[in-house]
Amino acid sequence: MSDIAVGAAFTTAESAAIRGDFAILARTVRGGKPLVYLDSGATSQKPRQMLDAERAFYEQHNAAVHRGAHQLAEEATDAYEGARATVARFIGAQTQEVVFTKNATEALNLVAYSFSNAGATGAMDGVDPALAARFALGVGDEIVITEMEHHSNLVPWQELARRTGATLRWIGVTDDGRLNLGDLDTVITERTKVVAFTHVSNVLGTINPVDVIVERARAVGALTVLDACQSVPHLAVDVVDLGVDFVAFSGHKMLGPLGIGVLWGRYDLLKAMPPFLTGGSMIEVVRMEGSTYADPPQRFEAGVPMAAQAVGLAAACDYLTDLGMARVTAHEHALTQALLDGLAQRPWVRVIGPVDGKDRSGAVAFVVDGIHPHDVGQILDDAGVAVRVGHHCAWPLHRRMDVTATTRASFAAYNTVSEVDALLTALDRVPVIFGTVL
Amino acid sequence: MDLYQEIILEHSKRPLHAGLREPFNAQVHHVNPTCGDEVTLRVQLSGQGRSAMVADVSYDAAGCSISTAATSVLADEVIGHSVTQALTSFAAMRRMLTSKGADPGDEDEIGDGVAFAGVSKYPARIKCALLGWMAFTDALTQAGVDISQTSAAHSALSASDITTSDNTIARNTVTSNTRRTHD
Repeated sequence: MSDIAVGAAFTTAESAAIRGDFAILARTVRGGKPLVYLDSGATSQKPRQMLDAERAFYEQHNAAVHRGAHQLAEEATDAYEGARATVARFIGAQTQEVVFTKNATEALNLVAYSFSNAGATGAMDGVDPALAARFALGVGDEIVITEMEHHSNLVPWQELARRTGATLRWIGVTDDGRLNLGDLDTVITERTKVVAFTHVSNVLGTINPVDVIVERARAVGALTVLDACQSVPHLAVDVVDLGVDFVAFSGHKMLGPLGIGVLWGRYDLLKAMPPFLTGGSMIEVVRMEGSTYADPPQRFEAGVPMAAQAVGLAAACDYLTDLGMARVTAHEHALTQALLDGLAQRPWVRVIGPVDGKDRSGAVAFVVDGIHPHDVGQILDDAGVAVRVGHHCAWPLHRRMDVTATTRASFAAYNTVSEVDALLTALDRVPVIFGTVL
Repeated sequence: MDLYQEIILEHSKRPLHAGLREPFNAQVHHVNPTCGDEVTLRVQLSGQGRSAMVADVSYDAAGCSISTAATSVLADEVIGHSVTQALTSFAAMRRMLTSKGADPGDEDEIGDGVAFAGVSKYPARIKCALLGWMAFTDALTQAGVDISQTSAAHSALSASDITTSDNTIARNTVTSNTRRTHD
């Protein structure tokens, strides 16, 4: 994908202003060391504007959404539905195609369960048979994922295969951390009913060629599900341009609150899908003998919804829009390039994933010769540098890359080049402490 | 920083009693799902029950310096001692590791294990230090030793013992051990 919008990295003054919005970045850790937060791939920090929006909701409008006729209930419902519209605009979607979930994992499970739930008696009554057939999954059918998936876009599909008798297949990963697209036509076949893949690898930082995969999936009539957790916070994402059928992402990785995720789906597909979680809010008529269900998105939002989180997420979208996604991308790209350049100067470090900045996002995983990533992370932490260590919920990928675990730095708009320098400086202590170099 | 004591680095570079050996009464495989660290550990006992002697502990470990060194120290501490003594060492080790820095450890009970006192200040690393010990107590159970009357029976780390970024996983780590002791 070479269509990353062109922007400019933030100036020093702009960076300072952005950082001023994130109170936590001013704190110190481990005995007075300034916090260098390079773990935004796990969860991002939160700007004051997002926190203010949540607080304002609770202080001024709090009520149960879609219930009651009092004024607060109306205001809360307006706030919640307004947030849906904002999130939809942010990703180029129609408002009614945006479903709020508790996180991206639930969004992906929602889609996976739609396939197996569609097999229940009467679940697809009234649905156009051609559309219903797209969700019919059984022995002989195939589900395709990739070897670089986060467990949340891997285990739900394994489980779906187990429930339905379908076969799980996957697109492999090359030594340099790209999808092995040479496999595409043999892995995605006429038997494939759904292709679920990540937009950006949370470990390798690889930006996958969505168009190529979608083209092949469409050619065989398979539905496509995109895990956009690591793209929506960092790249301008337009769900219509991407051409996929479903997109899932989390709020907390994009400067929004914990406890909210998003599923976007094409409306005709959402409308055909049976419910996932059931209960209040998602019904049309309930009788003791059985119930009918509301249209999407309400059909998939059982229970009192997380209105404050939705409001917070909308504020996060507005914040990112104000920064300009093209500039966020450019800024993070500059940081990524600076880190890759710095790591390249250290022969005792090996980057796991693309070593150049092309089609690459700001998650940089690496290993230090002879030293376990937990130990690397500990030394970095001692210098106030927060990174993630482990397999980052992508164990099969680590196995494929022949490493037990990695150390991962990941960026957000509030990071700076001096933080990259702080990481590299702290990293230089690692071989000294463990006596592995010189 | 006080975590990486010289003695830990030494044990991690040159782990004692490493490698898998015959004969053995029980072999277990334990994994730390957070980081993918693994240990395969074998126990050979001479005698029966808790008065039995730990004749050998052999292992194949892939892990960080803390877990590798801790398993090395474990093997060195328990080989040639009774199961009862080994379980006492384990209890003392666990007490120190979960003390949040309050318990410096007793060298008479845990030998080089006292070097791990600093680990207790880093909750995310406690399970690294205990990986080998969890495997060891599991292996004892599988070898037919009833450890239910000892504090080791409660070796399963409670959520309050370990605060990590991934508590679910921390719990999973120890289920195999809890399950076995409750079977």
